[in-house]
Amino acid sequence: MLSVNHLLGIKYLKKDDIDLILKTADTFLDVINRPIKKVPSLRDTTIVNLFFENSTRTRLSFELAEKRLSADVLNFTASSSSVSKGETLIDTVNNILAMKVDMVVMRHPMPGAAHFLSQRVKSKIVNAGDGAHEHPTQALLDAFSIRRKLGEVAGKKVLIVGDILHSRVALSNIFCLQKLGAEVMVCGPPTLIPKYLHTLGVKVEYDLKKALLWCDVANMLRIQLERQDIKYFPSLREYTHLYGLNKDILDSLEKPIVIMHPGPINRGVEITSEVADSEHAIILDQVENGVAVRMAVLYLLANRPDVV
Amino acid sequence: MGQRKILDAEQCNLTLQRLSFQLIENHDHFIDSVIIGLQPRGIALAKLLYSKICLNIGNEFPFGELDTTFFRDDFKLKPLIPQTTSIDFQIENKRVILIDDVLYTGRSVRSALDALTHFGRPASVELLVLIDRRFSRHLPIQPDYVGVTVDAVENEKVIVDWQNNGQSAEVYLTTIQ
Repeated sequence: MLSVNHLLGIKYLKKDDIDLILKTADTFLDVINRPIKKVPSLRDTTIVNLFFENSTRTRLSFELAEKRLSADVLNFTASSSSVSKGETLIDTVNNILAMKVDMVVMRHPMPGAAHFLSQRVKSKIVNAGDGAHEHPTQALLDAFSIRRKLGEVAGKKVLIVGDILHSRVALSNIFCLQKLGAEVMVCGPPTLIPKYLHTLGVKVEYDLKKALLWCDVANMLRIQLERQDIKYFPSLREYTHLYGLNKDILDSLEKPIVIMHPGPINRGVEITSEVADSEHAIILDQVENGVAVRMAVLYLLANRPDVV
Repeated sequence: MGQRKILDAEQCNLTLQRLSFQLIENHDHFIDSVIIGLQPRGIALAKLLYSKICLNIGNEFPFGELDTTFFRDDFKLKPLIPQTTSIDFQIENKRVILIDDVLYTGRSVRSALDALTHFGRPASVELLVLIDRRFSRHLPIQPDYVGVTVDAVENEKVIVDWQNNGQSAEVYLTTIQ
């Protein structure tokens, strides 16, 4: 059984929790590859997907995971709701819960929003991304994808490249990979690497070629221009020149590495099409695995009979 | 905690031998039949019977393992950790033999019947159990092949203790305080 009532972030999970989620996801990956892709476990559970920020993959992946578990699903997007009429987050959620909803999956632009909600409403909360804080299911599916591709996560060297400063994916990945015994290095322009990141036990490298030579897996992140209030580097063209992954640099490594990307991809910026579509990239496997991992998270949170 | 032996290794071996012959008698060369063990505790029994049957009939036939966790009706009552399901064949129009170690309330078998429908429509489904706990059924489910029938009260538990790498077993009835 999970040691937590909510999935708010990887930092609140124990290693045993992560192992349990990944092991359960294995069985769900088997389920979603059968002719009948659905199981009845959550048939009496209603889940609302609260998205206060844009999302394609995560929202569809959660919705599909919920439907594959036979849950009833409500979808909410902030742009078409009463939030624009001045309603507070807690009022919005409590109104939804009054309609007998059991679980809340929430994406919100403010860091800590899921944690805030979990302390104030009587429901199980799954964080689907809160500002630049955490995106726990993305980290879990990344770890799951590495485990399926390379056999295990422990002892592997994982490189995260790009906009670390604004990335909730990077932070959740660092916590998750370290708890599973992997080594983590980050690489990017100095302005996009948080000042105290080394205190988390993460290696920092500013030269992409050196970083790639070190790693078994490279996770390429998107430059989050929408979160950047000031200019952190002179131009996208210069960023691509120094930190973009292309076939030439991959060939020069003379060793195969696994390429990951949490999406959405900006082709030609952080990664070229040739690399993104190559046999080394497991980007679409990550998307498939995401449904299985989210099914595991929802299943394990619902299967805590004594709480909420 | 009191404990009473129901089957020792030698008796258990005889019982397993009898069960394998009963299956061969009814399924001939298993041309249209498959064996599916129920996770977690039916697997060892299913594997042993399968190997005995293959040895006797001289050919192999499909063998699978079925986990029923997602189809159970006690999801809200206790933590349920799923195990592996491994059925890499179609059960459409096959004669399925479900195997479990102990038949008690019948709820696991009910969930197994539900789970099976995800792999096709079998021609028939039979149930084989090593131990049948009489008078304790919650559902109208009865076995087709039984090793031993046991009368046990609610605070007693049947324990099948596999030994020699799953080659033999002893069966106990234990009282839970």
